[in-house]
Amino acid sequence: MKEIQEYEKDLASIRSTMDRSGKFISLSGMSGILSGVYALAGAVEAYFVVQYPQSPFLFRTDSISEETTLLKLLLLAGQVLLASILTGLFLSARKAKKEGVSLWNATSKQLFINLAIPLITGGLFILIILYTGHFGLAAPASLIFYGLALIQASVNTYDEVRYLGFSEIALGLIAALIPGYGLIFWAIGFGVLHILYGAILYRKYDR
Amino acid sequence: MKNPFENLDRVLEHRVRLQIMSVLVANKSYDFNSLKEVVGVTDGGMASHIKALEKEKYISVQKSFVDRKPNTSYKITERGRNVFKKHLDALEALVKQQKK
Repeated sequence: MKEIQEYEKDLASIRSTMDRSGKFISLSGMSGILSGVYALAGAVEAYFVVQYPQSPFLFRTDSISEETTLLKLLLLAGQVLLASILTGLFLSARKAKKEGVSLWNATSKQLFINLAIPLITGGLFILIILYTGHFGLAAPASLIFYGLALIQASVNTYDEVRYLGFSEIALGLIAALIPGYGLIFWAIGFGVLHILYGAILYRKYDR
Repeated sequence: MKNPFENLDRVLEHRVRLQIMSVLVANKSYDFNSLKEVVGVTDGGMASHIKALEKEKYISVQKSFVDRKPNTSYKITERGRNVFKKHLDALEALVKQQKK
């Protein structure tokens, strides 16, 4: 028969193992900060494509009807997305190596699936929106679907990701209420919020 | 109250087995390498404990191929879940009893 302290240790190990097994802890806070910076840079460039020399805080009356402008914006968004994904993968792989775990394990697979379903749905939905000419809804839709994806994914990673998800959804809904300011909301959601939450994660878990 | 010691499961007295069961209770299924990583034991140690749990039918094994590489993953069985819960309750009762 074991000592009572041994039973307490058994209980503690159950708790910590259950916790560790379900959470992806290699998520890098620094990659959140950097993708926020990329998004802000992208938003500034988009402003010059679409609105310049009008002030970015003015309501935009002329919608993006030219095909070349739309293509330019899509390309720009694609670049921001690609840079963010690559940075995220690189920094998370480095963090995983430091912690002695593999990047691609049962938990990160689950995380990936949870993220992918709402993101792919949202991506297709936005393409349909653009195709049918409802340009004003593209930015709110991207914020809302991204927020839903984060909430889904947060089951398998840090709790802060969940709050980031709620913030993105709230921002997306407000953006849908006041159309014409899509770029500003997009810059706040993907730029400012990423930098903010990335910094929180960085302070709490990266070091 | 009857003696909680009677409710402890002999097979689960070993901490590595308890940890394997903890992972499988919390997750739908888990592959061998990820399991090894979380619990932190060697290949050989893992294999022997897995075998013991499999023999008791506490866990079930699924073998498949991912990119032509063999991939083994494990799931908890209904029986395993019940035994684990009973064992956990007994552990809690013992610790509580001691604190009185």
